[in-house]
Amino acid sequence: MTTQLEGPAVERALPAPEKMDKSSTLGSQAIKIVLLGLLVATSVWAAFPLAGGGHWAGLGLLVAATAGLIYLYLSPRHIPAKYLVPGTIFLVVFQIFPVLYTASTAFTNFGDGHRGSKSEAITAIQTASVTRVPGSTEYQLKIVTKGDALAFLITDPKSGQVSIGDADGLKPADGNPPAGWTVLNAGQASLRSKEITDFAVPTATGAIRSSGLTRAYEGKAVRAYEEDGDSIEDTTTGKVWKADDGIGAFVADDGERLAQGWKVNVGLSNFTRVLTDDTIASSFLGTLIWDFLFAIGSTGGTFLLGMFCAIALQSTRMRFRGLYRILLVLPYAMPSFAMLLVWRDMFNTDFGLINNVLGIHVDWLGTPITAQLAVLLVQLWLGYPYMFLVATGALQAIPAELTDATKVDGAGPFQAFRAVKLPLLLVALTPLLISSFAFNFNNFNAIYLTTEGGPFPADNPNAGATDLLITYTYRLAFGGSGAQYGFAAAISIFIFLIVAVVSAVSFRRTRAQEEVYS
Amino acid sequence: MRIRTAGVIAASMLCLVGAAACGDSKETPSSTPSAEKAGGELVIWADDKRSAALKPFADKFGQENGVTVKIQAISKDQQTTFLTASQQGSGPDVMVGAHDWIGNLVQNGAIDPVQLTDAQKTGLQAGALKAVTFNSQTYGVPYATENIGLIRNTDLAPDAPATMEDLVAQGKKLVAAKKASEVLCLQSGPTGDAYHAYPLYASAGGYLFGTTASGDYDAKDLGVGKPGSVAAFEKLRALGEKGDGALKRSIGPDNSVATFTGKKCAFLVSGPWATADAKKAGIKYDITAVPPFKGGKEATPFLGVQTFYVASKGKNKALAQEFVTNYVTTPELAVALYQADPRPPALTSALDQVKASDPDVAKWAEAGKNAIPLPAIPEMAAIWEPFGKAEAAVIGGADAKSTVDAATKTISAAITK
Repeated sequence: MTTQLEGPAVERALPAPEKMDKSSTLGSQAIKIVLLGLLVATSVWAAFPLAGGGHWAGLGLLVAATAGLIYLYLSPRHIPAKYLVPGTIFLVVFQIFPVLYTASTAFTNFGDGHRGSKSEAITAIQTASVTRVPGSTEYQLKIVTKGDALAFLITDPKSGQVSIGDADGLKPADGNPPAGWTVLNAGQASLRSKEITDFAVPTATGAIRSSGLTRAYEGKAVRAYEEDGDSIEDTTTGKVWKADDGIGAFVADDGERLAQGWKVNVGLSNFTRVLTDDTIASSFLGTLIWDFLFAIGSTGGTFLLGMFCAIALQSTRMRFRGLYRILLVLPYAMPSFAMLLVWRDMFNTDFGLINNVLGIHVDWLGTPITAQLAVLLVQLWLGYPYMFLVATGALQAIPAELTDATKVDGAGPFQAFRAVKLPLLLVALTPLLISSFAFNFNNFNAIYLTTEGGPFPADNPNAGATDLLITYTYRLAFGGSGAQYGFAAAISIFIFLIVAVVSAVSFRRTRAQEEVYS
Repeated sequence: MRIRTAGVIAASMLCLVGAAACGDSKETPSSTPSAEKAGGELVIWADDKRSAALKPFADKFGQENGVTVKIQAISKDQQTTFLTASQQGSGPDVMVGAHDWIGNLVQNGAIDPVQLTDAQKTGLQAGALKAVTFNSQTYGVPYATENIGLIRNTDLAPDAPATMEDLVAQGKKLVAAKKASEVLCLQSGPTGDAYHAYPLYASAGGYLFGTTASGDYDAKDLGVGKPGSVAAFEKLRALGEKGDGALKRSIGPDNSVATFTGKKCAFLVSGPWATADAKKAGIKYDITAVPPFKGGKEATPFLGVQTFYVASKGKNKALAQEFVTNYVTTPELAVALYQADPRPPALTSALDQVKASDPDVAKWAEAGKNAIPLPAIPEMAAIWEPFGKAEAAVIGGADAKSTVDAATKTISAAITK
């Protein structure tokens, strides 16, 4: 979609009737009970995992919020709050929370290799280092229990020797299974999965661990975490990686880093990286200028064409106006996602419809100017029906007397349009144009699905001729080095600032305009 | 007064609903042990096609072991979805995916190594086993391999070309005789395609990463930017739009197979997924290895391996290990997965079984017999885009040396970051 409007949904609160008849009271009470019942049920459902995970602050908040809401809707007072609270809750959940979350992510190194906590990283390093002791036996395994105790009953396939092992070590078993022990089948054993996975029977050279539920092997964790030095040590090579809590990784003296890192707060470094990165600095200005051109071109082009069509179809002398209107709206009704791909194929040099129909051989998406023209053309096609619709609506709202008055004053149609209709139209449509601008400024799909930002100069694969800031930074944050959410969040804050400034300035000017014409 | 009564009623109703909710949540855990299926639950994630093929085997595994097996189809962005869900604790126990995810999954602590017996290891194709080995650990059980090769329309080109030069000559002759419109269908698109270009790059002397003593890829030894890579890009340039016209940016992932099945080109460089379309179009074809340049090295394609992973943060790891190491390694399952999606099985015995009924599979295996595993190290992510763009640029006629230098700079910057 090229243009999207996300104004706050206006809900008109109807004034409560002074006198309610009995049936409506009962009906509304019933609805209230059901809704509040659902609320309580949801809270109870959410409370268990919170309590289970020991998130007491979250649980307290949940209880307080639920109690507050129940009080609010059961008490006859606080009428305005009854209307305001649902909207506020949605505002907090869908607007404020994501914004705060993004902002807080921008101060971390959250991304590939730094997703979890330090203890998760340590576990991952240790688990990954468990290797089979060379030349050791591959045992057959049965999981056995006595009371609550768990043990491994292992058989050496060569000698047929059966042994039973637990945390104290391995000893020969006096039977298969030994007296007093019961063998668990796979289903029963799988209920104690975690215990079985963590179970290790110490041996002289390592420990016997399970590989599934029917096999066991003798393995050894080569790397271990040393609490004292806060470091990881490789027991075979003796190499040590020290924890660096500034970058969230274990680093050796020679600079080698273990791949499994953890999420840490990195302060402003993501922001300074945006400002100081050489690649960003070298192509930022060019990308920004094209981004503005693209957003203004898409918005302005669709507006002009949409308005032209709207005015043309307003003329009562025209026949089949309804049919034309339907035809004009068609591009808007098609999924833009698919249309962008279709357009991309139509611009293909050798096989594309455009070159074939026109009998030319233009490398549309291969040279900067034609690629820029192509994406603007696609945006025009996708976006003008929307502008046509809103312009039609706004034109119909302009009183016919005004047009008649211009005729009386002797103005021609063009003069009447320029002096009367256009200003009134702009007053109504400027907010839409601003939001359309803001949307197109970040119109990721329009670029990514057609040119992917290209064409790229041969000497710089980072910034293409049709790259918007959003596609350009997407490549930096999610391209070469895996996903870097922290960096991406910092970039999105910068882009937000640019769009916010442009929108604020435009709205201020619109207000001035409204004062002139109202 | 009336409102107060209503309030009391409402409040008591609330308690009831709330109590019902409480009761529900309390009942669930206590009712499980007494339920008929006294086993745990195994959750498997796979893509749409494989989910369907896995279903009967998963059900069988569940019945034999008295456990519940749930298969969920993840239709897109499988790797990211898996990582995010794992981190939140809502991920699966077993994940099915490509082997080149391993590096990233390991650095995010998302998968556990598996311990295969020596017998299981020898039952697998050597290349497939090597592909899932990372930092000297086996990180999953491979079940199918895939590699690209040269698919040839035997009506247009009866003889397999021995060299790339031979292919270009044959292709040009067909174009001149108006029997075809393109010399070769090798997808590049406006931003290039490193995966499909790699055999030519390797044949002309380029490499991506060197190998360490233990046989793993070495991120410190970057082959892009070395003299061999520049020479390789020179070769690509000579085949490109300003040269032979065999490589074109207008042929991309969307139209390369369609152009071949439309009989507009006699040669297609693609993988097993393309043969279904060729069969549907009724084209007589043959599959051979991508031919090398004359006097060049072998045109080795990448080997991709479909793999079963044990998730580190799964809730039932013991069962997941049992399923992956002891059940997935059976030939029956490998054959069934082959029937769902015809790629050569990684299990040698299953491959032999399938070869007998499907000659294509044998040809694909032959075309990929020297394929090298697609690097699974996380640094590989830095290669794709810059390499592809450099390829597209030289195909368009840009100078090879400066293009490769720019790509090298971008790749090195991304690797060291």
